[in-house]
Amino acid sequence: MTDDTASAPLSPLRARLRSWAHSDVLYSFRRSPTIVVSALVLAVILMGALLAPLVSPQNPFDPASLNLMDGKTPPMTPNQFTGESFLLGTDDQGRDVLSVILYGSRISLLVGFASVLLSAVMGVLLGLIAGYRGGQIDNLIMRVADVQLTFPSILVALMIFGVVKGFLPPQAHENAALPVLIFSIGLSAWPQYARTVRGVTMVERNKEYVQAARVIGLRPMIIMTRHVLPNVLGPVLVIATLGLALAIISEATLSFLGVGVPPTNPSLGTLIRIGQEYIASGEWWILFFPALTLLALSLSVNLIGDWLRDALNPKLR
Amino acid sequence: MLAFIVQRLLQAVLVMLGVALVAFSMFRFVGDPVNNMMGQEATIQERREAAERLGLNKPVPVQFALFVKDTASGNFGVSYRQGRKVSTLLIERLPATLELAAISAILALAFGIGLGVYTAINRFGLGARLIMAGSLIGVSLPTFLIGIGLIYLFAVELRWLPSFGRGQVVKIGWWSTGLLTESGRKSLILPAITLGLFQMTLIMRLVRSEMLEVLRTDYIKFARARGVSDRMINFSHALKNTLVPVITITGLQLGSIIAFAIITETVFQWPGVGLLFIDAVQFVDIPVMSTYLLLVALVFVTINLAVDLLYYAVDPRLRVDRAAAAH
Repeated sequence: MTDDTASAPLSPLRARLRSWAHSDVLYSFRRSPTIVVSALVLAVILMGALLAPLVSPQNPFDPASLNLMDGKTPPMTPNQFTGESFLLGTDDQGRDVLSVILYGSRISLLVGFASVLLSAVMGVLLGLIAGYRGGQIDNLIMRVADVQLTFPSILVALMIFGVVKGFLPPQAHENAALPVLIFSIGLSAWPQYARTVRGVTMVERNKEYVQAARVIGLRPMIIMTRHVLPNVLGPVLVIATLGLALAIISEATLSFLGVGVPPTNPSLGTLIRIGQEYIASGEWWILFFPALTLLALSLSVNLIGDWLRDALNPKLR
Repeated sequence: MLAFIVQRLLQAVLVMLGVALVAFSMFRFVGDPVNNMMGQEATIQERREAAERLGLNKPVPVQFALFVKDTASGNFGVSYRQGRKVSTLLIERLPATLELAAISAILALAFGIGLGVYTAINRFGLGARLIMAGSLIGVSLPTFLIGIGLIYLFAVELRWLPSFGRGQVVKIGWWSTGLLTESGRKSLILPAITLGLFQMTLIMRLVRSEMLEVLRTDYIKFARARGVSDRMINFSHALKNTLVPVITITGLQLGSIIAFAIITETVFQWPGVGLLFIDAVQFVDIPVMSTYLLLVALVFVTINLAVDLLYYAVDPRLRVDRAAAAH
């Protein structure tokens, strides 16, 4: 740490900004062009998804703005009937591919972030409890985690999806698809967090500051959340970033398999599923651009996660 | 040795019982089994008979015991959607998936180990670096995109290979094989590559890093100094010692191949158990889902067990340690 001792007292915010600007993490960020490019790509996709209603050329969910005659227009060529031209072409229903991608990445990112949040909260909580308490509770939690980790997470998510669907009445399936998807992907990934958090907690539990906190009579809940939790957040952040890429791919895979979000509200995976029907007939753009977006998204998140793992690891500096 | 085997066997049985409990709960508590089987029109009398037949009026632990007994004897119930026995459906579909998985595993192993050794030996060569960069993309590409890409290139553009199905199959007893006809073999190529590619990159990266580690050790240097030929060193001395972790990871990946076959089978409309399972999830066909869960669990548990025992056979140090600990 190159913490320069400022003579004039700085306001807390400026001091914080200053230490951030001098931090090793930011330094290693600027030094790596791959990461800067990945962050830029991610930022563009995030902004596009967030601002989709403002920036997309067309609202693909408003039937009034669609014209079936525009269907299957190739990119950047005027349509043979209507003369309209689209940057990335249109799909079979005349929806502008750029617009459906912008709206689709919203769904993909929403499912990604929400399920990562779910699995992180669940995994961190269970990991803290298992590591701090030990004994029977630890045994139970970690055995369940072990068995779940034996199976690939996509299979676990599929199972959970099917079971939850079975509990819901058929008429609720369409509306519940998104929450069910988030729930199944989130629930399939918690053991990764729990394992790491448990390991770190078991180390921290025996350190002096935790013993001191115990001596002054703090409740275990307070010790776990206020004292131990901040120390496990570094690794959790890394797992969460890599987990985001995994969750986005899981969502795309489930939607591609046809068990994810319905085609009326397509995510990137659904778009790829739709586009697959048209590659044999030569309309490659319906598939290609959503696939490219998915690839750019998962690759950039993965690269950032890898970099974060190295940047936050003091041993590698 | 015997104690070790018994302990691992017991663990495996416990895991299977746990999974069976999950499968049983799915069958018993997701929706109403009687409704699912009889439909809405059945009379009360018919319902009562069905409940009787399924043993639904017995205590739940007894039901579970019956479920385990039925399952162990190969009776998995009747598919809600197709109205046929799940065991018949499985026997129909299983050969397709097993053939696909076996060919993919062989591909992944052969190319994975070969390329891993190559990239480790020629670490700074252009070819090795290209392969490594390519493998990075291979790891981050979702399986289904690889499949679609292959279909586009080899089926749509070049028209060399079929894009879906198994081609012509030959029946040998209850086993249907596509390996004996030309169209069957051609149909197998793209799905097998799709399914095996991820495992291949994984094995390759693993073999490479293990090889690099081993090649740095003293006994390799010593062998070099003694004038042992490069080929002898690379394949007989070094590769042998990288194989222990490779066996573990490959074993665990074999299970994943069965699971990821779901995706590959959907992309290529390959008529295997994965496709059967996806249909079941879409229509909440619980007997098929729970049977698939049990089947995959059985595959995973068996492979884990085999890997553990193989480990024991391959690595003499484990035996010595244990023997020493026992004394």
